[in-house]
Amino acid sequence: MITRVGSWIGKHLMLTLGILVLLYMYIPNFIVALMSFNDSSQSRNLYQFQSFTWDNWLNPCEPQGMCESLRVSISIGLLATLVATIIGTLAAFALVRHRFEGRSTMNLVLFLPMATPEIVMGSSLLALFVAAGFGGQLGFWTVLIAHIMFCISFVVVTVRSRLAGLDSNLEKAASDLYANEWQTFWRITFPLVFPGILSAALLAFSLSFDDFIITNLNSGTTVTFPMFVWGAAQRGVPMQVNVIGTLMFLLALGIVIGGELLSRRRARGKAAAL
Amino acid sequence: MESLQRVFGKNAAYILIGPAAIWLAVFFLFPMLSLLTTSLSDPATGSPINGYTLTWRIANYTEALGEYWPYMMRSLLYAGIATLMCLVLGYVLAYAIAFKAGRWKTVMLVLVIAPFFTSFLVRTLSWKLILADNGFIVNTLQTLHILGEDGRLLATPFAVIMGLTYNFLPFMILPLYTSLEKIDPRLNEAAADLYASPFQRFAKVIWPLSLPGVVGGTLLTFIPATGDYINASLLGSPNTQMVGNKIQQLFTTAGDYPHASALSVILMAIIVGMVLVYVRRAGTEELL
Repeated sequence: MITRVGSWIGKHLMLTLGILVLLYMYIPNFIVALMSFNDSSQSRNLYQFQSFTWDNWLNPCEPQGMCESLRVSISIGLLATLVATIIGTLAAFALVRHRFEGRSTMNLVLFLPMATPEIVMGSSLLALFVAAGFGGQLGFWTVLIAHIMFCISFVVVTVRSRLAGLDSNLEKAASDLYANEWQTFWRITFPLVFPGILSAALLAFSLSFDDFIITNLNSGTTVTFPMFVWGAAQRGVPMQVNVIGTLMFLLALGIVIGGELLSRRRARGKAAAL
Repeated sequence: MESLQRVFGKNAAYILIGPAAIWLAVFFLFPMLSLLTTSLSDPATGSPINGYTLTWRIANYTEALGEYWPYMMRSLLYAGIATLMCLVLGYVLAYAIAFKAGRWKTVMLVLVIAPFFTSFLVRTLSWKLILADNGFIVNTLQTLHILGEDGRLLATPFAVIMGLTYNFLPFMILPLYTSLEKIDPRLNEAAADLYASPFQRFAKVIWPLSLPGVVGGTLLTFIPATGDYINASLLGSPNTQMVGNKIQQLFTTAGDYPHASALSVILMAIIVGMVLVYVRRAGTEELL
């Protein structure tokens, strides 16, 4: 058995090394999952595993303000995702399907937010809000505006690559078969682009949900989940934070795997129908 | 889309691009201008609540640079080392996924992205536990005499650089994978048929063809890593603070917007300068 594993490793050196890198990427997730079962009530040392308990999972909302911050993060995340996905998808269509003046400038402007450090983007937005007289009204809306801003570029890039890889013969075939433009769009183009739009939305939500640096500068007294964790980190993080971390991970993994299974089954169904 | 063209004439493209263009102009380009004017304002006469007036006070820049240049250098150094480590680790994994994973390709790609969904802060905090003074790693290294009796990992530059490497690794892997995946494996076979050694095949075939991914990945890693202050705050000590820490402190606790803005502009200028030189050197200008 051991020699067989040894020879497999020898034959697949690069794959083995790759799997080791992947394992390294999972060390923190493993620790987070482990700590979600940690009973921290007996000791002040929050960075050590004390004893096993289900309590954190049974009372996830026990730490004061945590679930409230989670609600804020989810509402900002959903709204930012909705707006950024619509705006970004329209822009992607314009960039792939149309030749217009200012197109290369637009490409550059869309690239810039991805190449700017978050601290610079966050501080420049703060400078703008202060200059415009909103320095005292920072909160939910200023955070939402900021999140939509940095999500747009990522949506455009994701949808654009899907749209650019589209076989235009399918649309031509539809119009050869007497479909009008709207029919062609809704029956052919949109369903083909939809997976791209969906992954763009997922990306936008995760970017928004996880953002700390830009949010921290523009949030006033509004507390998002990352800001709650940051604040708690100064005193000692409640173990329930690890429950939320693990839940988010499982949820996202479920969505991705579910989507993959669904598209596979659909592909198989179509193959069977033919 | 032709029907849109018919309804709106030639303006269809502008109607589609309009919302994105306006949003980015108002909330990205315009703020940059605001940052610039704030950085040239007198810190004594304005306040974060009432705003600042532009007085062309260039001294903000010399003062900010004079006081905080060690933080700037530290940021560039830490981000540079972290980017190199990401390149090595990321290349191995991207190569394995692109050429060796077979039918597990999609699964491995999903596994690369999945850790992302646990909050970035929560994951970074967990490194505190892993690198803790009485933790498994430190104890093992002490037993092996690699680390001294009272040696530690937490609150050292090592911990900060390791945190940066860990956090930005996926940003390196995805562009590298995209480039490697496009390489026709037959090119590698052809080189092997012509008696190229594995090392020659890598140096003359794979590496040059993967350069767009290398450039894209290093930029996507280096830029955010330079501006990051979360790793330095959570895993470092006051001696490992980066420029992001200072900018954030000046904005939030000190309320000194003009100097904070000046420092922010300097950081942006250094990054833009380095990126332009780097991209030109690498000969992949079409990337921008």
